[in-house]
Amino acid sequence: MAEHVIEMKGLWTQFGDHIVHRDIDLGVCRGEIMSLVGGSGSGKTTLLRQMLGLERPARGEVLIFGEALHGSDPGIMRRLRDRRGVLFQEGALFSALTVFDNVALPLRELRTLDQGLIHDLVMMKLRMVGIEPQHADKMPAELSGGMVKRIALARALALEPELLFLDEPTAGLDPDRSESFVTLIRELHRELNLTVVMVTHDLDTLVALSTRVAVLCEQRLLIVGTLDEVVANADPFICNFFMGERGRRALTAGKGAQYLA
Amino acid sequence: MPVHARRDPLRLLVFLGRKLLSVLNHLTAVVAILGQVVLDTGFLVRQPARIPWREISSNIYRTGTQALGITALVGFLIGVVLSYLSSQQLKLFGADAFIINILGISVIRELGPVLAAILIAGRSGSAITAQLGVMRVTQELDAMAVMGIPHTLRLILPKMLALAVSMPLIVLWTDAIALLGGMVAAHAELGIGYSYFLSSLPDAVPIANLWLGLGKGVVFGLLIALVACHFGLRIEPNTESLGIGTTNSVVTSITVVIIVDAVFAIMFKDVGIS
Repeated sequence: MAEHVIEMKGLWTQFGDHIVHRDIDLGVCRGEIMSLVGGSGSGKTTLLRQMLGLERPARGEVLIFGEALHGSDPGIMRRLRDRRGVLFQEGALFSALTVFDNVALPLRELRTLDQGLIHDLVMMKLRMVGIEPQHADKMPAELSGGMVKRIALARALALEPELLFLDEPTAGLDPDRSESFVTLIRELHRELNLTVVMVTHDLDTLVALSTRVAVLCEQRLLIVGTLDEVVANADPFICNFFMGERGRRALTAGKGAQYLA
Repeated sequence: MPVHARRDPLRLLVFLGRKLLSVLNHLTAVVAILGQVVLDTGFLVRQPARIPWREISSNIYRTGTQALGITALVGFLIGVVLSYLSSQQLKLFGADAFIINILGISVIRELGPVLAAILIAGRSGSAITAQLGVMRVTQELDAMAVMGIPHTLRLILPKMLALAVSMPLIVLWTDAIALLGGMVAAHAELGIGYSYFLSSLPDAVPIANLWLGLGKGVVFGLLIALVACHFGLRIEPNTESLGIGTTNSVVTSITVVIIVDAVFAIMFKDVGIS
């Protein structure tokens, strides 16, 4: 069995009396693109926040690279943080900082790199996500949603992480931009040897990228498997989700592309 | 479950209990922030290279320099009004010269610090809360947490330090302008000369009052920043919560300033009054 980069064991999430997750067991293998799907309010994003350590499990634990996420050793926590990158839904660029400073921030936080090297690295990351150098001095508010996401991706990749989290990577982008963003993620995944965990409800993105899919429904993990395995499942939620008109169109389009490739 | 149409006879008690619990909840959270800020201060003392100078300086500029105009305007007008009304009363008793004592003590000891604090609470307190709230909405706070940049060290501590520096300076400035306003009104109403006013001021007002006023400024500044940050961090990612949070922040910080001012008045009742 492949090495698990992320491992959730018997995880419960609870806000007051409201239970979001019950007894979730999930392992993410190295190198795969795992998609989390589920209806609105099924706790996909909360599960992602658990993996990031932004929420604390009511019960159970989360291991990242085999280390407990809520450990006490600041050194281990630091190294853990530096090995992962996060792309938030709206990008979450710091609005007080320029594009350059946003991407430079994680590098500056290391406090080991000199200005020249930081400059080169930032420019390289921006080029990697297809942002031209003349945009480096702009403020995030001056840019379009698609560019903000690309820059946020550059920031997430600044420390060359092994693990990348994407929260709704294509939400709010027009079809053309989503398409190129998906291509970008696929290329980066291949070149940088990333493990990716992605929350999405966009079926096209899901079909185009996922190696495996985890379906959340009614507080539990319904099924984890490849897209074919998931689609073959007869659960009514999965039928509604994937076998609606939009779902079938996305699946056939995805299959077509795979046969062509 | 049946719906109780009748009013619960204990509803007042339940209401009071809820309020009390909510106040306790807020207090615990504030103490937790304060504790973290103290720990961070200790960390910065050991590693001075990590002191967020840029954040501190930009906050001093925003809470201090940019507040000079409004505090001057309000201070001047309050000085004029206070002096004008007092002059009329003093004239009745022929005690004209005491206008300097009245103005000096009340402005330097009480009005200057409290006026400045209320203005800064409304101006900078709301700005701080809204800023943190928007950062919650845009997930910038989450992004910081994920990068391992602690909120207290980078956001709260600089704001508290900045207000602790800028508040006493704003107090001094408000004092000066309010006294100027009072002096102008006293000249117009009672014919007290400017040079006489200024030369009698040090005799009429013991210097302890000035230190007391500045000390209050530091404490008020810290409290305003703390309350504003506390409410800012509690904002939920939606617009309604942002509005409610900002309102609560301003109301609470003004209330806290006035309560603490009363405590100061009792604690230092023997200081600076000859």
